[in-house]
Amino acid sequence: MPAVSMTVNGRPVSGEVEGRTMLVDFLREQLGLTGTHVGCDTTQCGACLVHVNGLAMKSCTMLALQCEGAVVTTIEGLAPPGTPLHPMQAAFREHHALQCGYCTSGMVMMALDIVRRCREPDEATIREQLKGNICRCTGYHNIVKAIAAGAAAMAAQHR
Amino acid sequence: MRDFVYYHPASLDEARQLAMQQGAMLLAGGQTLLRDMKLGRHSPTSLIDVTGIVPKQIEFLDGAVWIGAGATHAEVAHSPVLQQHLPVLAALVDHIGDPAVRNRGTLGGALAANERDGDYPAACLALGATVHTTGRKVAAAEFFVGEGRTVLEPGEIITAATFPISTRAAYVKFLNPAARYAMVGVFAACTADGTPHIAVTGARTQGAFRWQEAEMALSAGFVAERLRGIRLLLENLVEDLFADAPYRAHLAEVFARKAVALASGPAPGVMVLSHGSRAGTLFELT
Repeated sequence: MPAVSMTVNGRPVSGEVEGRTMLVDFLREQLGLTGTHVGCDTTQCGACLVHVNGLAMKSCTMLALQCEGAVVTTIEGLAPPGTPLHPMQAAFREHHALQCGYCTSGMVMMALDIVRRCREPDEATIREQLKGNICRCTGYHNIVKAIAAGAAAMAAQHR
Repeated sequence: MRDFVYYHPASLDEARQLAMQQGAMLLAGGQTLLRDMKLGRHSPTSLIDVTGIVPKQIEFLDGAVWIGAGATHAEVAHSPVLQQHLPVLAALVDHIGDPAVRNRGTLGGALAANERDGDYPAACLALGATVHTTGRKVAAAEFFVGEGRTVLEPGEIITAATFPISTRAAYVKFLNPAARYAMVGVFAACTADGTPHIAVTGARTQGAFRWQEAEMALSAGFVAERLRGIRLLLENLVEDLFADAPYRAHLAEVFARKAVALASGPAPGVMVLSHGSRAGTLFELT
């Protein structure tokens, strides 16, 4: 089987994969990083969202082999065990921005991509930008509040 | 999904050779192809990844915008060249899929996929784009030949597309309530020599097309009112649980008028409508 190497959450990793192995399956099954989820498996729901070379991407719709040499960040990479939560994670907890939690890691990773591009987005922008992240519990209201609060907390950190 | 052999060649020549093999398919951002492979619509024996070997720069050349096939939707949407010379296209691309899909999907991939409800094919047809491949240049009007199909030959790779500048151009689309793709989208443009172009996506089973009856109605003047009563024939219109054929025909007529009016107004741009929207969300261009 072909080999692939990449950096995941700051750690160099490699493995043998099939051509058809998706990035999400490599992360979950070979690296044990099960914080990234598979929801729809067809690029619609965003549960599988991770950052590849700094950009939000749906890991159910990229081959692991396409990530050769890439820098990947998953939800586990935001706050290593024993350290405080990332401000966006803390905002999700503070605002109870989850019900079942299945979409949450994808929501947080998307939230960080929104902050990267929009700094401190207003509510309408957040809702528009969440087009590709689906919460089956329909808990959007608190998710939107959390992202606004998380963005403000991140901006305050940089001041 | 059936397994396949993945290749990431170092040059276009090598990619062309590999792609001519039986069962090979080209892979760009994969946002359509990988999904379609999961759904069993394609079962290639090899995938030839052209990421990094097709151009991706965006330039203004000889009165047209030149976009490398490898440019992602996010790169096109935020390109200063497009913002300056063809902002309507940047705005259209900024509403393809969702932000994560736009970080990955590319111009070349979208043209090759020619999805039935694709936004790019409508823009190419209305703006009179030319598709550049490793072997030739093809007018958009000849390039798209039905849903999921183009004139690309085995081993032929899209390298770029050029878009002539239309100063009067606008796109109006109505989002599918679930997946948010264009249930119907109409792109109206008035070319530099005054020729009206109306392209429709999402409405006909064979994919985006130029609406000749609407264009004829506008030949005496690019005025929205001239389109009143111009209706698509119901045969070959898409029917699904979200919209039957008469509803899609109605949307196409209304959106064609909206798009012409928007293109002729002070702030041409892109209008995205969905269930429950009142005046619609107008993304104005500066």
